[in-house]
Amino acid sequence: MDGSNPDALSGEQQIRNFNINFGPQHPAAHGVLRMVLELDGEIVERTDPHIGLLHRGTEKLMESRTYLQNLPYLDRLDYVAPMNQEHAWCLAIEKLTGTEIPRRASLIRVLFSEIGRVLNHLLNVTTQAMDVGALTPPLWGFEEREKLMIFYERACGARLHAAYFRPGGVHQDLPQELIDDIFQWTEEFPEILDDISGLLTENRIFKQRNVDIGVVTPEECHSLSMSGVMVRGSGLAWDLRRAQPYECYDEFEFQVPVGTRGDCYDRYLCRMAEMRESVKIMRQAIEKMELTKGEDVLARGKLTPPKRDEMKTSMEALIHHFKLYTEGFHVPAGEVYAAVEAPKGEFGVYLVADGTNKPYKVKLRAPGYPHLAAMDHVCRGHQLADVSAILGSMDVVFGEIDR
Amino acid sequence: MSEKLLELAAHIEARQPDCVIATSVANGELEVTVSPEALPTFTEFLKSDATCEFTTLTDLTAVDYPGRDRRFDMVYLFLSMTQNQRIRVKAQVHESALVPTITDVFPSANWFEREVFDMYGILFSGHPDLRRILTDYGFRGHPLRKDFPTTGYVELRYDETEKRVVYEPVSLTQDYRQFDFMSPWEGAEYILPGDEKKGA
Repeated sequence: MDGSNPDALSGEQQIRNFNINFGPQHPAAHGVLRMVLELDGEIVERTDPHIGLLHRGTEKLMESRTYLQNLPYLDRLDYVAPMNQEHAWCLAIEKLTGTEIPRRASLIRVLFSEIGRVLNHLLNVTTQAMDVGALTPPLWGFEEREKLMIFYERACGARLHAAYFRPGGVHQDLPQELIDDIFQWTEEFPEILDDISGLLTENRIFKQRNVDIGVVTPEECHSLSMSGVMVRGSGLAWDLRRAQPYECYDEFEFQVPVGTRGDCYDRYLCRMAEMRESVKIMRQAIEKMELTKGEDVLARGKLTPPKRDEMKTSMEALIHHFKLYTEGFHVPAGEVYAAVEAPKGEFGVYLVADGTNKPYKVKLRAPGYPHLAAMDHVCRGHQLADVSAILGSMDVVFGEIDR
Repeated sequence: MSEKLLELAAHIEARQPDCVIATSVANGELEVTVSPEALPTFTEFLKSDATCEFTTLTDLTAVDYPGRDRRFDMVYLFLSMTQNQRIRVKAQVHESALVPTITDVFPSANWFEREVFDMYGILFSGHPDLRRILTDYGFRGHPLRKDFPTTGYVELRYDETEKRVVYEPVSLTQDYRQFDFMSPWEGAEYILPGDEKKGA
């Protein structure tokens, strides 16, 4: 019954809730998401996201490949900021094997993790703005993203699927010209952030669509397993880089921006502020890298290949290289959980090793997964049009949610 | 760091002697093994106890050990933002056993438990909405079990005559290859000529 034929006895209109499908192809779904929405008029009563349309069985595949072969799979999770995922994988292996990585590699990792954060936030902030009606920010944001992806390409040869962080360090050293160019970019970028912020921050329409929409309280953050900006937007100063420092984040100076109301607008402000902090960290990392010029970027040992010139002269090095890329290295049996503050929240790798060259079990903890699970709770009682604003500000990417 | 974890382990053991089977600290991480029946009460304790305050469920998964009598390990990872501490809770469960849900204590366990059900076929008693989550509608089997082949059993394609997607048994032009790169001194178990009867 759609309410068109009134009840014969009472003459009253009969009204029922309306179910609609959002997606699987929807420009505001940020990927392939089918969401069944139950609407009472324009008010969302229930949200049921159907995920898995991009499920590739990464965790299953990883069980039959060596540790090094598994590394590129991590890029394909959150393809908006690939290197941050690799980072968690490398940290898990290094934790189990007890590998210390060289300082220069550590600094390069920090530098590229922060580039990843800017990449992600640029995409998220600007496309969320597009979901609520602004067209210019994505055009400006993508221009900067392009520059950053060229840095990716110059470091490792690939724009997206980098496979640059390796267990024991990073694949190759950066050329000095690239470091100089990144430094120059950090000088120019804040101005562009100001431009984007000028378009959005005080924009009347943007504020109408975001302020007090999708409010998440600190208690809900805990009970719904949220992390990253979702938590910080609600006023909890929780950042793994600060709380449980990994790599060499403890020697960097940066602020952890927090919101007060926990709505979409505060999360937007947090992301904008975080990009400025990331630029600061990048500049510090480059300055620190000045002191480590010429150092090795791989902890030479069982996990990493020998130097090229050694391979040409030493038989043992050649054997080692061959064994590393066929059999792969062995990781001692044990269980470990390594987490990084990925741009979207806490990205973790739970690794069960059985002492062979392949992981026995890998569980990838994607930050977007619990966030999307919270959609039903957060969207309840909002207007239909707010669903895309909330989804945008939750910052979901289906590569990592569906795995 | 590890002293703190040992202290915490001792505290948990002292307060919940009925639930805890074992505790261990390895790689700077605390692991507590409990009996599966005790999971709701134990996680409730972890959440509400003032020294624990593990209010965030970071992750929930299972590990398959096909050779074992109690085939699966349920693994729960908790985080305490106030204490800045992590804990891993494990429970061994039987293949056909019902695991009590913890969705009443941690609402976010809902999707995690759905995923475990989907991937391992472990059933949760009291779960409000135990449907498959990542696999296709009408999918059969539980992919992350060790006895499930990596290629799966069915493949699908769009059928031009039927005008719909059809499912067919997997047919590969080349067999899916699982390379064994293990060193011959460690990996393979060769039976030397003349040694065939050694084990018998």
